[in-house]
Amino acid sequence: MTSLDPLRLTARVAKRLLVDGEISAAELAKVYLDQIAAVEPRVRAYIRVTYDNAAKYSTKVDREMQALRGPLAGLPIAIKDNMVTEGVITTCASRILRDYMPVYTATAVRQVWDDHVVMLGKTNLDEFAMGSSTENSAFQTTRNPWDLATVPGGSSGGSAAAVAAGEALWALGSDTGGSIRQPAALCGIVGMKPTYGAVSRYGLIAFASSLDQIGPLTRSVYDCALLLQHIVGHDHNDATSVALPEPVALPDAERLDGLRVGIPAEYLAAGIEPGVRARFDETLARVEELGGRCVEIGLPHTEYALPAYYIIAPAEASANLARFDGVRYGYRCADPVDLLDMYERTRGEGFGPEVKRRIMIGTYALSAGYYDAYYGRAQKVRTLVRRDFSRAFADVDLIASPTTPSVAFKAGSRTADPLSMYMCDICTIPVNLAGLPAISIPCGLSDGLPVGFQLIGPAFSENRILQAAHALEGAIGFAPAPTFRDSGAEADVAGAAAGVPLEVHE
Amino acid sequence: MIGEDDVRYVAKLARLRLEQDEVARMTGELAKILAHIDKMSELDMAGVPPTAHVLDVVNVTRPDKPQPSLSRSDALRNAPAVDDACFRVPRMS
Repeated sequence: MTSLDPLRLTARVAKRLLVDGEISAAELAKVYLDQIAAVEPRVRAYIRVTYDNAAKYSTKVDREMQALRGPLAGLPIAIKDNMVTEGVITTCASRILRDYMPVYTATAVRQVWDDHVVMLGKTNLDEFAMGSSTENSAFQTTRNPWDLATVPGGSSGGSAAAVAAGEALWALGSDTGGSIRQPAALCGIVGMKPTYGAVSRYGLIAFASSLDQIGPLTRSVYDCALLLQHIVGHDHNDATSVALPEPVALPDAERLDGLRVGIPAEYLAAGIEPGVRARFDETLARVEELGGRCVEIGLPHTEYALPAYYIIAPAEASANLARFDGVRYGYRCADPVDLLDMYERTRGEGFGPEVKRRIMIGTYALSAGYYDAYYGRAQKVRTLVRRDFSRAFADVDLIASPTTPSVAFKAGSRTADPLSMYMCDICTIPVNLAGLPAISIPCGLSDGLPVGFQLIGPAFSENRILQAAHALEGAIGFAPAPTFRDSGAEADVAGAAAGVPLEVHE
Repeated sequence: MIGEDDVRYVAKLARLRLEQDEVARMTGELAKILAHIDKMSELDMAGVPPTAHVLDVVNVTRPDKPQPSLSRSDALRNAPAVDDACFRVPRMS
């Protein structure tokens, strides 16, 4: 068996090794299970590793390789734990679904299973995908493999950390306000949110239905396109599902000749860290070197996108999460005195603080007398945000921005202030409000931590985005791998040396 | 300005039991978040239609034909309490 580095192996290469018979699917699965054994105690990316499933299906692929020679057969994947998987407990990182055993499988997961992808496990997330650091999980805090004292981003932080740490070849996540792109940026990998409706939401446990979208987290743009190819498609089980007008193509572009890239001044105005800004500006220079042209554009309603999002998403969440009432599935409180007591205590005990906060905001915004002032107004802002993008795309082919204003931040540093956490998504939220596709690719390091570069396109421009991202990826040549260092431990050692008493952290 | 009574009222609407310390903390947090959200009122949005859907998709239909769906036993499998073929719940007060 060839010695393989799970921190560097791409699906493209792994697929070739499998097809050429240089490695078996069982050996490939073992590469990842070994890496999980080595680093998972520090990274904690998975809520559940499905060892038996990985062994059983990788063996099956080896046994029936000729018959199963699908394009993805034997390539190991991690799945965010808000996509239901028949026979594998799906928790949404919530106490209320701690023991929930799905009786059906999400369409996107079913599609990759049908292609004989081998599932390694279910990854951690912020409870019900509400958060930007994966610290809102009811079970565990995932850490960033680039620096174990920092967060991996969120809400798909488990999927992003698993791929970055070599604990998975690639992964599926979901993106409601940046939940694929932001953790991909903070973990130094590729993450894409497709056009709203391109990937079925059937079996994705609903957070905000008009914003949620499943997408890939991968180690390269090519892998991103390869996985996307296999999860798009119309699904009659999702009323908002749409077929892409053209198939997803595997990208091969090396140049950006003639490509007009818009740079929104408003995205750069608000609090972008100097190190992030420097990597962003260098990447824009790469765009020009490859034959593209960068032009400044205006998206004037950007500052209203975050307020609108924090009405629309909680409003939809408060309606979607009404189903968790202790009757049909999930947690039920002990010894309820009557039905109302059961509803209230089940939900009060079952949901964590951020989920409660969003349910409260959403219920307030939808309550009698406030609907027009909040939800009605937010949906109008949404129209203005969409118009901003439409006007911009009359003059440019793609829009570029930093994915996040900062690199990965220290665990615990933003949990006390919900608004500061919400600000993580200032560059990604407008994209969800408008239903557009966007990708984040790594564009360098700042203080040893990855910086993400975001490309946004018009609806259904996935191929244009992937081609441009592929050309840029080649020019950037992002090569470093995470080191699993722990600046918190280093700080503790320094503190101990200086005679400062150590705090004990859980 | 949102107060503790508002928070208790909204929690009741949401069927969410909050302890007193949660009510106090939530009141402060919600006030701060809503103050940020009130930024929307700076905009004159006369004549701006609300977004109902981001894509130009209208009235998606399909033939009205019965299809297989979850069996009763599957539908009941995760229920905290079951009575024969029904979900069992505590009495209404």
